[in-house]
Amino acid sequence: MRWLRKNLIPIIGILVLIYLFVPISVVAILSFNKPEGKFNVSWNQFSLEAWQNICGVPGVCGSFVTSIQIGLIATVFGTILGTMIAFALVRYRFRGRSTTNLLIFLPMATPEVVLGSSLLALFLNLAFPLGFWTVTIAHIMFIISFVVVTVKARLQGMDPRLEEAARDLYADPKATFRYVTFPLVLPGILGAALLGFSLSFDDYIISAFNAGTLVTFPIYIWGAAQRGIPVQVNALATLVFVLALVTVVSAQVISSRRRRKMESAAAG
Amino acid sequence: MPALAPTAGGSGVVVSGAAAQRRPRTAYLLLLPGIAWLAIFFVIPLVSLFFTSLQAPTDKAGVYQPGFQVGNYLTALQEYWPVFIKSFIYSGIATVLALIIAYPLAYFIAFRAGKWRALLLVLVVAPFFASFLLRTYAWRTILADEGFITSFFNALHLLPENRILNTPIAVVLGLTYNFLPFMILPLYAALERIDPRLIEAASDLYASPFTGFRKVVWPLSLPGVVAGTLLTFIPASGDYINATLLGAPSDRMVGNAIQTNFLQFRDYPTASALSFILMAIILTVVFVYIRRAGTEDLV
Repeated sequence: MRWLRKNLIPIIGILVLIYLFVPISVVAILSFNKPEGKFNVSWNQFSLEAWQNICGVPGVCGSFVTSIQIGLIATVFGTILGTMIAFALVRYRFRGRSTTNLLIFLPMATPEVVLGSSLLALFLNLAFPLGFWTVTIAHIMFIISFVVVTVKARLQGMDPRLEEAARDLYADPKATFRYVTFPLVLPGILGAALLGFSLSFDDYIISAFNAGTLVTFPIYIWGAAQRGIPVQVNALATLVFVLALVTVVSAQVISSRRRRKMESAAAG
Repeated sequence: MPALAPTAGGSGVVVSGAAAQRRPRTAYLLLLPGIAWLAIFFVIPLVSLFFTSLQAPTDKAGVYQPGFQVGNYLTALQEYWPVFIKSFIYSGIATVLALIIAYPLAYFIAFRAGKWRALLLVLVVAPFFASFLLRTYAWRTILADEGFITSFFNALHLLPENRILNTPIAVVLGLTYNFLPFMILPLYAALERIDPRLIEAASDLYASPFTGFRKVVWPLSLPGVVAGTLLTFIPASGDYINATLLGAPSDRMVGNAIQTNFLQFRDYPTASALSFILMAIILTVVFVYIRRAGTEDLV
């Protein structure tokens, strides 16, 4: 009983983590399923068919590639624009600061239906053709705020003495930025880019409003849900999930190893 | 995600001497492209949406002319007020459930996880890496009528409709699950900054663990609670994916109403009016809530 009381919080914490992973496990398990009817919702028979023939259903891989293209373009632009705003906000005093902060906050406080429908209203009024570029434009728009917030946090958490030290050692502003500031902020920028890409890649609502006849991966899944999602979709989603998880975890391990090495070097 | 970026103990407020000397012109140059993008593709669309919401119908279906039809808002409210109430009940319950589920995990990661901290945080965000739609769809399998969970609760006679899928329960469960990371991360960010010695001090002063939590940890974690609940509540109240995939047609939310009016009925004025009403309610809730909680540094 005392043991339970002492370990109650870890037990609940781990239970919540398991809960977070239940639906993903279902997606992964069903990727090895051979469904009985059209709908891949209950276990029937083990099969590797979907994995061996991952592009076997028309439209799956095409929409997947479209989503990756949009995600990459939107992430690059969104990250650059957002990082610039973050630098301006943290490093400079200027008029219009609080308006800028509000402008960054508002898109995050706006439900996706409103963001999607308002952009559609604009494109319709301008008679702008819907498709790849309207979706990309929309994604850049909502990525910016998330990048600003993430990079800003990193910049604010930085020890200002490091840059002072560089200046004391006669580094000019350019060199200070290149050799001190930028490398220190880079993990924040990369984190923001990763977040931006995953938001873009997974976005359904805003894309659906502005896609016209373009089919992104989430739009494909939504359409397929009515007539049964092909097993290949589960396989692809599982693949993305595993790749992302492996990348992030190994990045974590490498950076913590490097930190430990530096710490022991500093101590020795 | 404002709460993920709490100003680090004021250190961010200090603009070091050399930086402050730089001219604001550079700042404006840095701001210009991003702010211009947001102005063109966020502010102008909102304004455009506002004008659309006041448009009047013409003889042709799906074609509207500029107007000043304030009545659009009244008709939208008259037709959809029950949907609004339902949406906010669903998202409200989902937010409270998410807080109850997320708090112990965030607490565990912040105070008990030790060297596993970074890894656990990755695991919390990991569900984001798998498709949102597929994860929601997976709940159809988990909550299926003949499934283990439904049978279990049915055996206890706890389900009013004898099923979970295609009922409001499934919609609320889906909403709770899908926005959970948005709750966990800000809570963690707030808890992580609490000095564990404060908790020790409370217990040294003979506070029971519960009193220690109530008087020390909970008040200090409030900024995270506020941020997390907002980041869950806002997307949940505008969502229509969970309602469509997990609920019955009678469980549709405001998001569904906006989506069908926009994309199926092509009734742009009503859809725009609904969007504006939804946004007005959300912003009011946000500001009242932030006032009440007394943390204005969120924005």
